[in-house]
Amino acid sequence: MPHPFNPLEQMMKPQKTDTASIPFYRDERVLNTAAQIISTVAIFGFLVWAVINFLNAADARNMELSFKFLKEASGFPISNPPIDYEAGMTYGRAFLVGLVNTLLISGVGIVAATIVGTLVALARLSSNWLLSRIALVFIEFHRNIPLLVLLFIWYFVVFGFVPPVKESLVWPGPIYINKRGIYMAWPRLTETGSTFVILFVIGILVAIIAFIILRRIRKNTGKNTYFIPISIALAVVFALAGWFLSGGSPFAIDIPFLDGFNFQGGLRLTPEFAGMFLSLSLYTAAFIAEVVRGGIQAVSKGQIEAARAVGLSQFQVLSLVVMPQALRIIIPPMISQYLNLTKNSSLALAIGFQEVFAVGKITINQAGRAVPVFALIMLTYLSLSLLTSFILNLYNRRIQFVVR
Amino acid sequence: MAIKELDQDIMRPPQPPGLIKWIRDNLFNGIMNSVLTIILFPAVLYLIYLILNWILVTANWRAVSEFPMLFAVGQYPRDQLWRVGVIFSGLIFMLGVSWGRWGGLLRMITMVVVGFLVLIAVLPVQHPALTVQMRLYLGGNLVFAALGFLIGKKTKLKEYLIIIFWFLIPVGGIILLAGFDSSAQLPAVPTTLWGGLMVTILLAAGGIVLSFPLGVALAFGRRSSLPVVSAFSTIFIEVIRGVPLVTILFMFSIILALFLPAESRIDRLVRALMAVTVFSAAYSAENVRGGLQSVPLGQIEAAKALGMGNFKTTVFIVLPQALRAVLPAIVGQFIALFKDTTLVVIIGINDFLGIGRSIINSDPEFVQMRTEVYIFMAVVYWIFSYLMSLASRRIESALGVESNL
Repeated sequence: MPHPFNPLEQMMKPQKTDTASIPFYRDERVLNTAAQIISTVAIFGFLVWAVINFLNAADARNMELSFKFLKEASGFPISNPPIDYEAGMTYGRAFLVGLVNTLLISGVGIVAATIVGTLVALARLSSNWLLSRIALVFIEFHRNIPLLVLLFIWYFVVFGFVPPVKESLVWPGPIYINKRGIYMAWPRLTETGSTFVILFVIGILVAIIAFIILRRIRKNTGKNTYFIPISIALAVVFALAGWFLSGGSPFAIDIPFLDGFNFQGGLRLTPEFAGMFLSLSLYTAAFIAEVVRGGIQAVSKGQIEAARAVGLSQFQVLSLVVMPQALRIIIPPMISQYLNLTKNSSLALAIGFQEVFAVGKITINQAGRAVPVFALIMLTYLSLSLLTSFILNLYNRRIQFVVR
Repeated sequence: MAIKELDQDIMRPPQPPGLIKWIRDNLFNGIMNSVLTIILFPAVLYLIYLILNWILVTANWRAVSEFPMLFAVGQYPRDQLWRVGVIFSGLIFMLGVSWGRWGGLLRMITMVVVGFLVLIAVLPVQHPALTVQMRLYLGGNLVFAALGFLIGKKTKLKEYLIIIFWFLIPVGGIILLAGFDSSAQLPAVPTTLWGGLMVTILLAAGGIVLSFPLGVALAFGRRSSLPVVSAFSTIFIEVIRGVPLVTILFMFSIILALFLPAESRIDRLVRALMAVTVFSAAYSAENVRGGLQSVPLGQIEAAKALGMGNFKTTVFIVLPQALRAVLPAIVGQFIALFKDTTLVVIIGINDFLGIGRSIINSDPEFVQMRTEVYIFMAVVYWIFSYLMSLASRRIESALGVESNL
């Protein structure tokens, strides 16, 4: 005899879903659809409203919205352009100069910031208390003041008080420092120098290919293929061949000399470039130092001890155990620091170093086409950062732990 | 005999490391380190000597010490200064209330701020800006803070009430500072006259207060199942994060007007605030999104099982855990925002840095003192951001979250 009230049975009974009893304003499907429609209308409505306003404004002010002006002649000079440029060339060319300047300052800034940052991180990890404290002061100083203030200090204070040309500071090298910039000796290619450079580059490429192939063979067969010495030897052989083919003198050292009121020859860094370079790379170096320190500290001590216990040498411990694990942690934030540095190079506007943003600003003032110029500037930075995040994603996929 | 000695050796408690041992362990452990110490120590001493000598002897601080009010509030009309005073004291009072209510870190902050004010009030120097009234006002803030502390401690104020007041002060403050066109008691003060540390703090605080909710909204938008909302949020976040702040500032100061109806006019300080807010919101959104991802799905399912709706689940279950997980990153973002406010100089707003630059350029004599002015400004910015990072470290250890940097 069944129990008069069996809760289990009650629950087991197929329930009739009674949709009619749910009011439509609590039905999830209705709500979702409504949210879709409302959000779509709101966002597109807002965008359309903005675009209509914009078209009206463009009409009222007779603004031209094309990129034709890039082919028109610009009227402004750019001091020390890295590629050929003079006032009267096209706006497009001026923009290209700005782009090269941005890439140049970012490139050298990234290299310098990485080297200084790594050194500071190692100093911070040093067992010498004094050295570690000095590194800490460097890091805390740079991390807690705005980059713009640091830039003004380097540009207006440090480079603002250097002597005029006639009383240049002379540093060994020789490096001359004066109001017009920093002049230093620099190797320049001689006529036959290009042979050397071409062979040198080929040598490096061949060495890299040999390295990859030989290492793969070793990985697959287990035989020692001596991939490191062989690839280094290849690079050296090609470089030596280039050296002899170019007559033994691919480079000539170009030493700056005083000629009248100015220095000639050598490499000249303008005060704007030098100020921007120093503040940008020191500022970023402080952040990189923290990234590197965090990465190295994250490798557990047991890993190092275990590596020693199985008989790896000091160098092998570093290169096979510590660095691969530390780099896995270091590289992603490092790349975002590189991206920050590139974006921060736009501050050069404040001291008149003419990179993308500064050139764009002058173009707006002269040609009056604010919208296309801004579109161009934003596109430039966006493609730089998209490229960076693409590389970062590739890397992340490569180093991801393989989880079975 | 020998056994006895050994026994004594074992029984001896470990000695606390003495000064000599500390020096040997930390400065002279190994030949390399000894050489390094011997080279570095005199160099550091000499550097400290040079810096102190410059600060106390060589440097001429006239360009800084002559214009304390300019650095503080810019060109804000001197006969309307009481408005700044009211807002500032209001903040001090609220700081006191919060200290009384929550204690902890807020105690340190209140004490540092009030202590600094009292120190200036009793400074035994003659200065035209330090009138008797000014000294009384600065010292009086001690009373406001104490009053706030007592109210916060004795009365059981609701927490949300305190938080609402914290939001009301900046909003009411901006209205009070701006004044009204038609009022005789509160004449309008155009923002072109606002400046100095006041504008820096206004931009930073306004940016923080406004960008955070916007960032949370964007983070939810990006994770939304509505394709339009999600796409819009994603594009918005990625575009803003992909370009430098200077671009955004110029966008808002030059281009924004084109996208609005022709008759609308937005004040330039407000445009700068909007730019800073939007920029910071995109970064906050990514931080918050990281936090949202770290909340385990089980938490949401459990909340749903208890019969909580979407809204309740989000506000009471997901968001608190998400924010707690990424608090260090969020505070780091606020510090970055504070430093980034300096960029408004480039679009011609006289914030703290801008005032310093105008003082330098106002007189050829001051141009020669620019080192002092820039160093002074660097120190002030440094103190502010260092205190913020100190506070964030305290919050981290209080919440038991680890910073991953």
